[in-house]
Amino acid sequence: MTQDCDDPVVLNQWHPLSSFNEIVVGQKHRTVLLGRSLFYQQTAKGELFVWSCDNVSFVLPTKRAYGFLWTSLGIPPDELFAVEEIDEPDRQNVATGVFGVNVSFGRAIENFLDMGHFPFVHTGILGEEPHTEVKEYDVDVSESRDEIMATRCRFYQPQASLASAAGADVDYIFRVPHTNCALLYKSSPGYEAEGRMDVIYMFLQPMGPEWTRAHTGMCVIDVANSYESIRYFQQIIFGQDKSILENQFPKRLPLDSRAETPIRADKSAIAYRRWLAKKGLTYGVIPSI
Amino acid sequence: MKVDLSQWHPVASSSDLPLRHVYQGQLWGHELAIWRADDGHVNVWENRCLHRGVRLSIGLNEGSELRCLYHGWRYANRTAGCTYIPAHPADAPARTVCNNAYQCIEKYGLVWSVVAPERSFETPVTLTDTVPLTLRAIQINAPSDLVQKFATDYPYGMVTHKSDTSMTLQSGVSELQLFFQPVDSGKTIIRGLLIPQPIDPIVALRHHNAMMTALRDKIELAVSGLAPPRAIEVEFKPVAKDLAQMPNINTAGPKVELRAKVARKWLTAQQVMAFRLEAFSEQFPTFQPGAHIDVSLPNGMLRQYSLTNGPGQTDHYTIGVKRDVASRGGSICLHDDVQEGDVIAISAPHNNFPLRRDAVKTILISGGIGITPLLSMAQALKAQELPFELHIFVQTKADLAFPEILQDLDALTKIYMGLSPRATRNVISGVLANYVAAQHVYICGPGVMLEAAREAAKKCGWPDEAVHFEYFKNSKEIDDKTTFEIALSRSALTLQVPAGKTILQILRENGIEVPSSCEQGACGTCLMTVIGGEPDHQDVYLSTKEKASNQKIITCVSRSKSNQLVLDI
Repeated sequence: MTQDCDDPVVLNQWHPLSSFNEIVVGQKHRTVLLGRSLFYQQTAKGELFVWSCDNVSFVLPTKRAYGFLWTSLGIPPDELFAVEEIDEPDRQNVATGVFGVNVSFGRAIENFLDMGHFPFVHTGILGEEPHTEVKEYDVDVSESRDEIMATRCRFYQPQASLASAAGADVDYIFRVPHTNCALLYKSSPGYEAEGRMDVIYMFLQPMGPEWTRAHTGMCVIDVANSYESIRYFQQIIFGQDKSILENQFPKRLPLDSRAETPIRADKSAIAYRRWLAKKGLTYGVIPSI
Repeated sequence: MKVDLSQWHPVASSSDLPLRHVYQGQLWGHELAIWRADDGHVNVWENRCLHRGVRLSIGLNEGSELRCLYHGWRYANRTAGCTYIPAHPADAPARTVCNNAYQCIEKYGLVWSVVAPERSFETPVTLTDTVPLTLRAIQINAPSDLVQKFATDYPYGMVTHKSDTSMTLQSGVSELQLFFQPVDSGKTIIRGLLIPQPIDPIVALRHHNAMMTALRDKIELAVSGLAPPRAIEVEFKPVAKDLAQMPNINTAGPKVELRAKVARKWLTAQQVMAFRLEAFSEQFPTFQPGAHIDVSLPNGMLRQYSLTNGPGQTDHYTIGVKRDVASRGGSICLHDDVQEGDVIAISAPHNNFPLRRDAVKTILISGGIGITPLLSMAQALKAQELPFELHIFVQTKADLAFPEILQDLDALTKIYMGLSPRATRNVISGVLANYVAAQHVYICGPGVMLEAAREAAKKCGWPDEAVHFEYFKNSKEIDDKTTFEIALSRSALTLQVPAGKTILQILRENGIEVPSSCEQGACGTCLMTVIGGEPDHQDVYLSTKEKASNQKIITCVSRSKSNQLVLDI
């Protein structure tokens, strides 16, 4: 798995390493990013350090954002993508766990954007047969923000909110502002009238081309649910996806349009693959011929 | 090691395929999903759903179809064609969405397959006319040429025969046949057959299991110091061009490109002849419930008949033909002139009457011979255990076609006999009385009955999109006297449609291929999208709501009210 990365698109990007919840101050932690072994540490003064395990003098840039420590193996941009909701005072930003998954980050992002699998993989939670239809939605690649947005997404959820036992369509918005980070916005029970939505995010740390750690979190307007129950819920969902993701073949995301068979429901995935291809990304993907 | 993809190898034991199981195999690095359908047929497919690459070996064997675990796509026994995409329940999948299947044969307790065949399966000489005992397969972490070299010392008897893939050892009158399945460059499975069956098979199985295990240990010890060879890189075949883009619904023409043999012809009801059509060598394409085929008749006519097949019945098509003396002679020709053993030309299935499988309940209503597409639907719904009712209207018991299929549907079926049109209408109104959201009704029968059912559905509050119907024919008088212009937006072409010619004819005359089937405004195959102008709808295919929206047109009969019609082609 320790294969060196020579893809400038991926090298020159910020990547998440850990949520601050899991960093023990003063302790040296070890991880892998793009095939390189790294140490990271937060000092008692709050200073952050990331350096190569093989070469102490190879010190990497650091960034603190959204409750996570980020680093880069190249020359990263000044700014990370924006998530305005995180600063809203009545929200809780909860890291919901880290999951290792033996698949490329691209496959994991596609799974995150996909609604069609809800009734089959998250049966009884995010979907349920026979309510399997993926209704038409819109996908845009915003040139100015360089991100993919899928809007007007709706999907039937068996228990639409904690308040009601009945099923109903739930609204979603999906954002891919980074090659290996995605967010979804979902109607927040009790706040539908105000149009406020919960934010669920997945920041992926590409350990290798076919090996990923998913840092997940939620930014919710929800006082009723405990931190533990939110974490537990996300772990069930990711556990269900993991067994599917690790059975995807090939493990790298194929960018060639003739590699697999898309349908209308896969519009956002098609946009994502094209967007990656246009960036010239080669790491963790099978470039189109 | 030489990789020869053209050789046949055993890839599973028959006992690896118990009821409703999917077995994961591998040959020269190519992963295989191997499963037996309830009808006994064994399928060896590439272990990858063509939608998103998920292994089919983690899918569900539902007896006649294999369902992918990720998005619930269903693939048919034999053809490997996709029959249903749950994300778009109202669409029929393009019939060419097909997983990659390998040739296979089940013989001598083994399933045989090949990656890139150059010739068909040949029975190893030593196996002719035998019923051998299949030994437990043993996987060895070593390349197959090395395994073969060591296997010559297997403690059984003299090596009397050797090929690239197998070896025969002789001991008195008994023989041990060993096959070497190259799983990957550094992995081999030995599959053994003992001929004849020993008197005590358990003892023989135990003995050979112990001997084979010892052989494995010996070989693995011998290669333990060597670096494992690189795994074989498997090339993934790209999907067809038309599937790679956002899908179009049915781009194929009305060609009767398939040859079918009339394997059986029988009177299934008074005046209704059933035909079982079988393919010669090629597999018939996948069908979905509600699909019909075009049949080219010896008298030159082209007729449409719905398939009655249940899910997974992919080795034949069955149609039912009502003798209609008043018609133009299609049914009479089939009844009287076409005999068992004859060869006829048919089209691949079109599906303009697709069955949604996301309804909370499905109601099927048939009149007379209109039962045929609904039989296919009812069997699919039953197999999937989805709630449905089948209401059948016939004159007498003797008019009930395909009673053997109905028998299997038993409790879910209601038959009404000899009702007057008025009584029929009342029964239908009763059936449709309590509309609940996400119910769907499918109606097929004579025009009068269809109109009555559609009216009843409307009165009971059924939305247009929940009412699906298929007419036998368009009995409306077609007015073709108008003249207008059609602008083809994507082809940047403007054409004149004179009186007496249809849009479809004009398109074809100008080299534009348009799929069509009935060409009388009933089947919906020649449907096109309208971008501008006001169509003059003359078909019986589109619903009232669809007609009013002016976004679709049936090009074989409908015309234009405006001077110009802009079509999305």
